[in-house]
Amino acid sequence: MWFFNSPEIVFGEGALDYLDELVGRRAFIVTDPVLHRLGFTEIVAEHLRRAGIELAVFAEVEPEPSLETVRRGAGVLRAFAPDWIIGLGGGSAMDAAKAMWVLYERPDIDPASINPLERLGLGVKARLITIPTTSGTGSEATWATVLTDTEAGRKLGLGSRESLATLAIVDPAFTAKLPPRLTAETGIDVLSHAIEGYTTTWHNDFSDGLCLKAMQLVFAYLPRAVADGNDMEAREKMANAATIAGIGFGNAMTALAHALAHPFGAVFHQPHGRCSGLFLPYTVEYTVRSDNSRYSDIAYALHLPAADEMTAATAVAGTIRDLMRRVGLPISAAEMGISAADTEAAMERLCDLAEMDYSIVLATRIPSHNELAELFRYVQAGRPVDF
Amino acid sequence: MAYLFPSAEWVEQLKIEINRSEAYANSGKTWEGDFCFIVKPGGALKEPFKMYLDLWHGQCRDAFVMTGAETKKPEFTISGTIETYRQIFNKKLDPIQALMTRKLELQGNMMKIMKSVKATLDLVNCCGLIDMKYPDQT
Repeated sequence: MWFFNSPEIVFGEGALDYLDELVGRRAFIVTDPVLHRLGFTEIVAEHLRRAGIELAVFAEVEPEPSLETVRRGAGVLRAFAPDWIIGLGGGSAMDAAKAMWVLYERPDIDPASINPLERLGLGVKARLITIPTTSGTGSEATWATVLTDTEAGRKLGLGSRESLATLAIVDPAFTAKLPPRLTAETGIDVLSHAIEGYTTTWHNDFSDGLCLKAMQLVFAYLPRAVADGNDMEAREKMANAATIAGIGFGNAMTALAHALAHPFGAVFHQPHGRCSGLFLPYTVEYTVRSDNSRYSDIAYALHLPAADEMTAATAVAGTIRDLMRRVGLPISAAEMGISAADTEAAMERLCDLAEMDYSIVLATRIPSHNELAELFRYVQAGRPVDF
Repeated sequence: MAYLFPSAEWVEQLKIEINRSEAYANSGKTWEGDFCFIVKPGGALKEPFKMYLDLWHGQCRDAFVMTGAETKKPEFTISGTIETYRQIFNKKLDPIQALMTRKLELQGNMMKIMKSVKATLDLVNCCGLIDMKYPDQT
């Protein structure tokens, strides 16, 4: 027995117009200060006003949002008492909105203790709309919430199946102004979601097709979106890919690349997409040496050599590195400016945090402590994994 | 020798497997907490079967069958049917998915367990190392 969850999705050019007919009384927009300053909040606000909805804005979500920010935002949210909450932004704003929604409905809960076992009873006071402004996290379509415990210096992967948005509005217009670097980093994150969603031990028949489709879209359209931000067909396809991958991995979870990327990003202060992309080809090479890897399917879907698992994994890892090169992303930690000495100095913490990451147990091959250290060394040096 | 699950001999063997596991010694090195695993009645099992496990810094300090006379109050209680445990030991069912679908019931702080997912998996792997049989196989 398992579940498949997805919000209702409105997508394509003009999708935001759907808000013009939203039925409700008050909406609370959760976003970050940069997007607010760029006028993105106002674009959404204009649509809500047409629907006769009163609104308030919390534009204080920082990158990698903290538990403190979520608690503070939930306080403002409670005072305004909306019947719609809108997460507008990248993963940080949407994740913060999910957590604030939980605290609004359930003030008795600590945000660090949101978990998939407890019945929350959400949706009594408000419902959630997610509007992504990047094509990456897929958070608009997942129930996962990543918050940062600043005191402990670690990211917390939280979530309840109930904290899935009621509605996701995927309008490519917001991504048109994304600079190439951010387009590349968020786009490669989509690929990491799709490949890991397909290869995790929680993969299932309902999510598999979504993951494969998202991979195809990324390989076809990410280079175009990076090369020409005004290529709106590429922007729309990448926006769709992000959400499709979000539904895919949201129902199958992620695996080893994320288990390594989370601590690496936290320790070396690197953005999530850059890290998940960095680790992806190495973890493909590592996990193929398990009994139940699935890289032949992926290679076949991408028109790569797929005669056997090893051939397929080698081709998949190679084509990921090629894509990363094409879109200007580093394919080793050294290329990010992280030296072997930096890596060794942080090694125990990196390995400990990776072993605490929920994604690690969903990999088809789970590294030992020593193998984790080796993987970090290989990624630092840019050496394809051969063990 | 195949150990009957659940039984006192099985619990003793589990303690041995945990304490010889390098993987658990490492992944569970910061874990402090004890468990009561309950096997719900069903089939040949007429009464709930309760097993106590005290896990501390990558080692199992104590493991025994609970009879009701103990004063221990374990931090975590996990209960499920024999079939659910069997599927988990045979890797047919993921323990976290078992919790999410309520095939396993947990009393205790889920977040503490989620912070030690690798240790949880290594513990399940220790169970899987035991040559075991079930009441329907006796």
